[in-house]
Amino acid sequence: MMRDLTSRTDPVPSLQRKFEGRALRSLVLTTLVWGGALLASVPLISVLYMLITRGGARLSLEVFTELPPTGFETGGGFGNAMAGTFVMVGIAAAIAVPVGIMAAIFLAELGPDSKLANATRFAAKILTGLPSILAGVFAYALVVITTGTYSAPAGGVALAVLMLPIVVLTAEESMKMVPKIMKDAAYGMGCTRTQVIWKIVLPTGMPAILTGVMLAIARAAGETAPLLFTALFSNYWLYHEGNLALMNPTASLSVLIYNFSGMPFDNQLELAWAASLVLVLIVLFVNIVSRIFGKPKF
Amino acid sequence: MKVLPEQKTAPFETQAPVVMDCKLDKIFYGNFMAVRDSHVPIEKNKITGFIGPSGCGKSTVLRSLNRMNDLVRGFRFEGHVHFLGQDVYGKGVDPVVVRRYIGMVFQQPNPFSMSIFDNVAFGLRLNRYKGDLGDRVKHALQGAALWDEVKDKLKVSGLSLSGGQQQRLCIARAIATEPKVLLLDEPCSALDPIATRRVEELMVELKKDYTIALVTHNMQQAIRVADTTAFFSVDISQGTRTGYLVEMGPTTQIFDSPREQMTGDYISGKFS
Repeated sequence: MMRDLTSRTDPVPSLQRKFEGRALRSLVLTTLVWGGALLASVPLISVLYMLITRGGARLSLEVFTELPPTGFETGGGFGNAMAGTFVMVGIAAAIAVPVGIMAAIFLAELGPDSKLANATRFAAKILTGLPSILAGVFAYALVVITTGTYSAPAGGVALAVLMLPIVVLTAEESMKMVPKIMKDAAYGMGCTRTQVIWKIVLPTGMPAILTGVMLAIARAAGETAPLLFTALFSNYWLYHEGNLALMNPTASLSVLIYNFSGMPFDNQLELAWAASLVLVLIVLFVNIVSRIFGKPKF
Repeated sequence: MKVLPEQKTAPFETQAPVVMDCKLDKIFYGNFMAVRDSHVPIEKNKITGFIGPSGCGKSTVLRSLNRMNDLVRGFRFEGHVHFLGQDVYGKGVDPVVVRRYIGMVFQQPNPFSMSIFDNVAFGLRLNRYKGDLGDRVKHALQGAALWDEVKDKLKVSGLSLSGGQQQRLCIARAIATEPKVLLLDEPCSALDPIATRRVEELMVELKKDYTIALVTHNMQQAIRVADTTAFFSVDISQGTRTGYLVEMGPTTQIFDSPREQMTGDYISGKFS
């Protein structure tokens, strides 16, 4: 028979919450991490607030379609800079994405423990921490000096150097996340190694690979320093007087912000704020797109 | 080096035609000898069960039969696996082609992250099947006793199914290309008892059309489904753990009147 708990002679322990040292410590630590989380979001929110209040006012269709104003001119925009940013990021992606994914396939699937793989991985990790201005110097030596001119491809190469390690490392991780048992299943069906990579590893890892690519694109779109040495700036459209002037100095949003923010004219300053807002929105947009693509289909 | 003990019992006398005659003299991973001196004939349209304590190499043996072990670094094979008269390890044999005729189902259900339909159609597309894909997929899913549960959601991810359904999906995927032999590597070890029962019923159903080799750590399962049972054990006399075939025979004989002391000890639960 069960004994009645309350009639027992030994004391019944209290289950009530007591205020003791560990409760206080818990409270302090909780407050600290809350504060940390808040502090971490302050910079982004305040920057966004500044950009929207100061740059939002100047936003209009005009700024997307017109050329940058000179000196005491009023009006104008940064259409050519946006186009330049898109073209150069496009060139960079066209170089970095295929090379990066191919390198990642080697690192993840073909020779993960080989000397070449270890060297490549090490190089990629070092490269992620490379000061971006050095990427500019590299592209200057490689493209600007050999072609004799500042140009969009030179800017693209500089940005590609910055994108490449991000693409390589994230794509490698994505492919390593593909479960081994899934690959075993494919081998068991009679797939060659190429077929396993092509039909299983790449499709299964694709959402995560795309996320990495998008992050790399977002990073490249915001870079200024590498473009100063390679694309410089231009007050004209890439496409003017009937031909595509790729091999000429090329405008970009980030360099426009850099140039205009130091000018003594209110018009240019306003445009710099508006361009900053647009640049942040582009980066934000790319990030959101990466989230949509990043969701696994299955 | 010491002389290894000879296999004392007479080899298994087969009755039905042998689809795979597997003579596994030595299987190495690097310097480690995983399996030695095991002769396992696999008969047509029967279920051959592989039982034995863990580490006895029964999975290694199974994975050697369709050359899955070629993917493991350091794997080395001595002996032969005659599949319909050809040595799977013969000169010029492409392991990729071997695996298309000798299908495999794994311990963990491993559907691809694709729709149910695409999972089953995978092997057919791989082999550039020209006929009606939908028909064959339906046939395979019916064969795996999964059709009724998934016929309305063929476009849904294979990974959304329950564990037992996933395993039957993997079986459907394996039989869609109509391989000659199915290798099942502890297919129920990740499943609950009800799902296990369904897969076991399925295996018995499948042996009408296929020849099956089944690795199981569950002796009751071997009794329930296997026609022939091969008992493997571990030899630790050389300082390493090397698996070898102790005895092979009709399942009833192995469990009712084992010829070897060790078999009797194992099936009565004296070691595991």
